[in-house]
Amino acid sequence: MNESDEHPSDAADTSNALDIVDVPESVAGDGVVQPVLTGRNLVKTFGRVVGLNGADIDLYPGEVLAVIGDNGAGKSTLIKCFSGAHIPDSGVMTVGGSQVEFRSTHDARGAGIETVFQNLAVAPALDIASNLYLGREIRKEGLMGQLFRMLDKKRMRAEAGQHLQDLGIGTVQNITQTVETLSGGQRQAVAVARAAAFGSKVIILDEPTAALGVRESARVLQLIDDLRNRGMPVILISHNMPQVFELADRIHVQRLGKRVAVVTPDTHTMNDAVAIMTGALQVDDADQALGPVERRSA
Amino acid sequence: MTTTTAAPDLADEFGSGSGVIDRIQSLLHKYSYLSPLTVLIVAMVIFTLLNDRFILATNLSLMSQQAVIVGTLAIAQTLIILTAGIDLSIGAIMVFGQMVMANLAVSASASNVQFAWGLPWYVALVAGVLIAVIAGAVNGALITKFTLPPFIVTLGTLSVFTALSLILFKARTIQGPELPSGLKAMGETTSLGSFRLMAGVGMMLGLYGLFAYILRNTAWGTHVYAVGDDPEAAELSGINTRRVLFSVYAVAGFIIGIAGWITIGRVGSASPNVAPNINLDTITAVVIGGTSLFGGRGTMIGTLLGALIVVVVENGLALAGLDQAYRVLAVGLLVIAAVALDQWIRKVQS
Repeated sequence: MNESDEHPSDAADTSNALDIVDVPESVAGDGVVQPVLTGRNLVKTFGRVVGLNGADIDLYPGEVLAVIGDNGAGKSTLIKCFSGAHIPDSGVMTVGGSQVEFRSTHDARGAGIETVFQNLAVAPALDIASNLYLGREIRKEGLMGQLFRMLDKKRMRAEAGQHLQDLGIGTVQNITQTVETLSGGQRQAVAVARAAAFGSKVIILDEPTAALGVRESARVLQLIDDLRNRGMPVILISHNMPQVFELADRIHVQRLGKRVAVVTPDTHTMNDAVAIMTGALQVDDADQALGPVERRSA
Repeated sequence: MTTTTAAPDLADEFGSGSGVIDRIQSLLHKYSYLSPLTVLIVAMVIFTLLNDRFILATNLSLMSQQAVIVGTLAIAQTLIILTAGIDLSIGAIMVFGQMVMANLAVSASASNVQFAWGLPWYVALVAGVLIAVIAGAVNGALITKFTLPPFIVTLGTLSVFTALSLILFKARTIQGPELPSGLKAMGETTSLGSFRLMAGVGMMLGLYGLFAYILRNTAWGTHVYAVGDDPEAAELSGINTRRVLFSVYAVAGFIIGIAGWITIGRVGSASPNVAPNINLDTITAVVIGGTSLFGGRGTMIGTLLGALIVVVVENGLALAGLDQAYRVLAVGLLVIAAVALDQWIRKVQS
């Protein structure tokens, strides 16, 4: 009951994260924009199934990077390495210029990476406030909070309500409502609010609109746009090409466990993107958008 | 006891285009202990009408004592079922724990006892509770380290601990006069008017209050619900689900140990053959109390009501002159009704 909440590796990761914060907006001395997150030559296998086969990824400050690819191309595997749900077999990951190794979602969160998983990772029978703070509950001050892990429910509810307000999610009326009583879009909003509330460096969304209707999808897309406007870099996995082309600054195409191209909505069409996904089209490095691009005026 | 005070909002939310049945469904969904509470009150009214001896203070105190063993063990069972697990070894661990207590405390002059060390009763008590915690931790370790299903693990340890009790303690019952009074303290009664409150009943109620509070107000409590509700979501949220599961089985062991102490007091002796059906009885109490066997949903107060319902129905039917077989039948029907109700209530999700 009075087990400690800390992970063994937590301290190291957190101190890392704090160091990085001091570097102003990831701009190095020579004026080149440095990526906030990179992956190089990542390999991840599940038994005989190859999830990632030397995949790379770069995410630059303030951009929405869409990751697209056919089923089994390794999109989810790739981002799960950065959210701590998978541990890559080999390869190098950096966040804010420092190399990181995540052994759990807890580690990734400690480094400022928040993920909205495809299944949302919410507990349906718990209320909104509990879900927002699941795994990092606000505890009472003093001995009761430290030793007995007593919850400060009042503060949790007040702050959870504030986070939802900040994101303009007004339809959720009661913070003590259980999540299972919410609509799909509202649940998604809770999951996005949780990511936005805690994500300090990167927010990753895995198929955020797959289960939603048109209106609810539009609201979630608006939330993503708001996140970008607040300067938060976002990785968006989606099957929905129109959405990707509407929202993304750059589009990372994943195929057979590798990054085969990075394009932009301005340089390539949806048909091109599909052709790249299926291997019908190869793109020269010169035609790709491997570096940062001008922000799109949405 | 309730999580919210803003009921009007919810009523509006749920009220749109729904009839009385839907309202009841969502109300039961929110307060899972409402249905057992209703059943308990209705049952008590009916049995009082059938036989006015039912509601007498002497009968009420008898019923409280009949409920104390299963009621205390059901606290442990509730914690475990909340994680979508099940513990079939609860009774075996309880018996093992109380046999450890009794044997260690018996003085050497009593022959024929294996560990007649004549330890002070409180040392024996702590040893017995500790053994129960270790036994629970063994269950927890097998379930989390080897990812075995709780049903199978506890089916195995049910046999293991039952056998250990018989092997180590020669299947011998330690009679009341041989035991130090400290070990029998939970059987002492205090008179409140003509109601006689047994110390064990007070202890049981205290444990209910304590664990209801812990579940509601600590991070651990939230994690117990989360792990039972959706283990994958809990894991992705950064909860160490294995550690939570392990701790639940160990904490359950502690409660089981205390239940062993209460059992010695209630029965007045320490027998390896006490309460043979107690495992299933605890599950019955938990299920009737509105806790879902699928995990993540349920309350301590519900389980207490469930334990009371079983006792009230059995006692009431006996007073009404029905045969034992009918009482068993009635409890069986109650369980099925409770699970059917749970399924119906869960539909509100979709």
